[in-house]
Amino acid sequence: MTTTLSVQDLHVSIGKGAHSANVLRGVSLELGPGEVRGLVGESGAGKSMLGRAVLGLLPANATIAAGRIAFEGRDLIAMPEPERRRLFGRRIALIPQDPMTSLNPVKRVGAQIAILLRHHLGLSKRDALARAAELLSEVAIRDPRRVLDLYPHEISGGMRQRVLIAMAFACDPSLVIADEPTTALDVTVQRQVLQLVERLRQRHGAAVLFVTHDLGVVAKICRTMTVLHAGRVLEEGETVDVLAKPRHPYTRALLAATPRADRPAEALRPVPPALIDSLWAEAHRLDRLSAMAPS
Amino acid sequence: MAELALDHPVQRPSRWIAGWRRGGPKLWIGATLVGVLVLVALLAPLIAPHNPIEQDLMSAQLPPAWTDGGEPAYLFGTDSLGRCVLSRLIYSARTAVAVALIAASLAAAIGIAFGLLAGSFGGWIDQLTSRLIDVWMAFPPVLLSIVLAAVIGAGLTSVITAIVVVDWTRFARVVRAETLVQLQRDYAAAARVIGLSRGAILRLEILPNLVPLVVTLLSVEMGIAILVEVILSFVGISVTGDTPTWGGMIAEGRQIVYQAPWIMALPIGCIISSVIGFNLLGDGLRTVLDPVQRR
Amino acid sequence: MRWGEIIRRLVLIPPTLVGVAVIVFVLLRVVPGDPIAMMIPPGASPADIDRLRAFYGLDQSIPQQFITWSGQALSGHFGRSISLHQQVFELVLARLPATLELALLATLIAVVLGLIAALIGTQVRGRRAEWLVDGGVGILLSIPDFLWALILLLLFGVLVPLLPISGRIDPEIDVSFHSNFYLIESLLTARFDVASALLHHMILPALALALPFAALLARVLKTSLAEAEDQDYAQVARARGFSRPKILLREVFPNALIPTVALGGVQVTLLLGGTVLVERIFSYEGIGNMAIDAVINRDFPLIQGLILTFAVLFIAINLAVDLLVTLLDPRLRHG
Repeated sequence: MTTTLSVQDLHVSIGKGAHSANVLRGVSLELGPGEVRGLVGESGAGKSMLGRAVLGLLPANATIAAGRIAFEGRDLIAMPEPERRRLFGRRIALIPQDPMTSLNPVKRVGAQIAILLRHHLGLSKRDALARAAELLSEVAIRDPRRVLDLYPHEISGGMRQRVLIAMAFACDPSLVIADEPTTALDVTVQRQVLQLVERLRQRHGAAVLFVTHDLGVVAKICRTMTVLHAGRVLEEGETVDVLAKPRHPYTRALLAATPRADRPAEALRPVPPALIDSLWAEAHRLDRLSAMAPS
Repeated sequence: MAELALDHPVQRPSRWIAGWRRGGPKLWIGATLVGVLVLVALLAPLIAPHNPIEQDLMSAQLPPAWTDGGEPAYLFGTDSLGRCVLSRLIYSARTAVAVALIAASLAAAIGIAFGLLAGSFGGWIDQLTSRLIDVWMAFPPVLLSIVLAAVIGAGLTSVITAIVVVDWTRFARVVRAETLVQLQRDYAAAARVIGLSRGAILRLEILPNLVPLVVTLLSVEMGIAILVEVILSFVGISVTGDTPTWGGMIAEGRQIVYQAPWIMALPIGCIISSVIGFNLLGDGLRTVLDPVQRR
Repeated sequence: MRWGEIIRRLVLIPPTLVGVAVIVFVLLRVVPGDPIAMMIPPGASPADIDRLRAFYGLDQSIPQQFITWSGQALSGHFGRSISLHQQVFELVLARLPATLELALLATLIAVVLGLIAALIGTQVRGRRAEWLVDGGVGILLSIPDFLWALILLLLFGVLVPLLPISGRIDPEIDVSFHSNFYLIESLLTARFDVASALLHHMILPALALALPFAALLARVLKTSLAEAEDQDYAQVARARGFSRPKILLREVFPNALIPTVALGGVQVTLLLGGTVLVERIFSYEGIGNMAIDAVINRDFPLIQGLILTFAVLFIAINLAVDLLVTLLDPRLRHG
C-alpha cells in the first residue's frame, strides 16, 4: 500500500536574501491510508505552512528550497499545475480554519457545494444539488434543503464549519488536511465537529492530517502525532506514547501548559530554537548513555 | 565573537532624504513639474519675450516659429490680435499660480475651521456642520461655480470665490474625520487633564497630526483651482480684459481651432502638466509623510 | 429587499426638491443681475420695461414669486424662458433626451474600458507591468472631462480630422423622428446610416465624459479584486482545484463588484454634471449646453427648471445605485 502522504526533508523559506526566514527546516512526515495524524506546535511553529505547502497554497514570497512532497507516490511539487488541480478538492481536501470567512458571502450554500461537485464529478445541476443535500445531512444539518438556499451569513458559525467539512469530504478524498478546524469555535461545538470529522473519515476511509495547537484535540482523535517547533520535527509517534512519555522537554512543557480539569496549567515559556538544538543534542546523548547503561 | 570593526562609521541618511526616497518617482516628477511652474510664474517678466497684452494686428495668427509662415520673433506664434502666445502662456502661469495659491489657502482655512469645529465639539454642532457639508456637496460643482461667478461678475475675485465656495468641503470632511479619530484616541488623556482647554488639545495634539494631510490636500486643491479657473474662463466669466489666463486662451482658441490649433493646444499642454504635477506631488507627499502608507 | 428603506427614500424626494428649488430661487433673485435689463432693446421706454417685468412676474415680492411659481410648477407649468421665449417645460423636455443618450453612451464606454483595464491590471498583478497600468490610470484620473473634450477635439477633430466637432447631427440629414431620442429611435427602426451619423457626432463628447469615469472604475475594481482575491474563500477555492481565472470570474468578481458599484455609481452623477461643459465644447444640443446660456442670460425660469431637472436625475441615479448594491450584496437585504 502506498503511503498516502509522504513529506521528506522539506525546507521552506519566506522572503528573499537578508530578510528571509526558514519556516520549515527539514520536516519529514508520513501518513498511511486512513491514518489520523495530529500536527502540533505553537503558533509560528510552521504547522500551517506545512499544510499549505502540501496544498500548493504557499504565499507568493515563500519558496520550497528543498525536499519532496508525495501523494500516493506522486511528486506534488514537480507535478504540472493542471494535474495538481485535478487532485485538489477531489483526492486531497482542505477543512479551513475560519468558518466565518471561508465561504463566499454572495453565493448560496447549495450553489457553492454544487459548483464543487459539478467541477470534479461532472454532475448535472439537479444531481449536484441533490447530492449537496445528502452531504449536508451527513454532517448532521437538519432540513438540508432549506439550508441549500441560504447565504452563509444566515447560518451559524458551527453550521458553516459543518458545511465546510461536508465540502471537504464531498468528492471522497484519500487525504484531508484539517487546518485548525476547531480553533474558531467554542468548546461545545468543538466536540461535535470532532465527532463529525471522525465519523466521516471512517465512512470515506480518508487519511487526515490534523493541524492544531490543542493537545486535547490530538489526544481525542489522532492515533499518531508529530510535534513541530521552530520549523523542525521534535517528536513523532503514536499519540499514546508521545503524550505518556514525552522525550523532549518542549513536549513536556506543551503538555504541562495544556489546560486540564485536574490541575492548573503552567504557562508555556517560549524556548529559543538554538536552545532547542542543544537540548535535543543533550537528550540524544542521555538516550545513548541510558541505552549503554546496564539495566 | 565576530569582529565588528569598521573602517569608518556608517552614516545614517537624514530622515528627510530617507523620506524623499520613499516618495518614489511620483514625488520627483510632481515636484519638478510644480517647481518649473512656480519658477516660470515668478520669473515671468524676465523670461517672456514680449509684452503679453501688446497687440500687433499686422502679425495676427502667426503659426509657431518652426513651421512655415512662422517668424523667429514669435516662438509659439501669435493669436488673432497679434499677441505673442509664448508670453501669454508664461504670464498665464503667473495668474494660475496666484489663483491656485490664494484659493487653495482660503479653501483650506475655511474647511479646516469647519472641520475642527465639527470634529472637536461633536454633538449638534457636528450634526449641523455635517448636514451643511452634505447639502453643499449635493450641488453640481460646475454649475454652482458658474452660477456664482455669473452672479458676482467677472474678475479674479469671483474666480477665487467660486473655487473657495465650491471646494472648502473637501478640507472640512477630511479634517473633521481626522479630528474625530485623534480626539477619540486622546480622549482618556484629555479626560484626565480636565483643566487643559480644548483649544490647547487642538493646538498640541491634533494640528500637528493634520499637517501631512493638509499639505497633500493643498497640493491637490491647487490643481483643482487651476481647472476651475479654466472652466470659468471658458464659459466667459473669468478675468476681464487682457489679463492672460490659460482658460481664456483656450476659449479664444476654440473659436479659431481649425485655423490656428496651436492657440488652443499649447495652454492645454500647460494645464495638463501643471495638474498632473500637483496631483503627483500631493500623492508623493502623502506617501512620504504618512508612515502607514508605506508601500 | 428593504422595502421600508426604499419607501422612506421615495418619500424624501419631494421635500428635497422643494429645498433645492427654494435655494436656487432665492439665490437667483437676491444677487445682482437683472434679466430684464439684459433683454430690452435700446430706446425702450420705462413703461415697456415695467410691462415686461410684470409679464414675467418679476415685479412681485420674492415670497410672492415663489408661491406663484410653485403653484404653476405643481401643475407641470414651469414658467416661460426669458431668453428663449418658450415654455421651460417644453424646452427642457426637447433637449433632455440628447443629454440622456450622451450620458448613457458615455457610461457604457466607461464600464467597458474600466473593466478591461481592471482585468489587465489584475492579470499583471505583482509584475512590473502593474506599475504601468497604475500610472496610466492615475494620469487618466488627473485630467477632467472637459480637458479630455478639448484634447479629443484637437486630436480627432482638427489635427486628424476624423470626426465632427459640433452639433448632434449633420444638418443635411433628414431627421424625421418621433421622439428626441434620436440614437435609440434610429437603432430601433434599423436606420443604421442615421445612427452612424449620430454616433459620429456623439463619440468624442461621450469619450471625453467616459475616460475619467473609466479610470476611476478601473482603479476601484482592480483594488477590490485584489482585496477579494486575498480573502479566505478565494484561497480555499484554490485548494479545491479551481484555476485562477475561474476563481476570479466566479468567486472574486461578484464580491469585488459591490464596492465598485457603490463607489462608481455615485460618480455617474458627476458624469452627468460634466455634460454642462462637454456639450458646450462640442456645441452638442443637450441640457448642459442650454444651462450655460441660461446662466449667462440670467434666465431665471430656465435656470430653475434645469437645476430641478438635474436634481431629479441625481436623486434617481443615487436611488438606482443603492438598489443595485442591495441586489448585489445579499448581506444587505434583511436589515
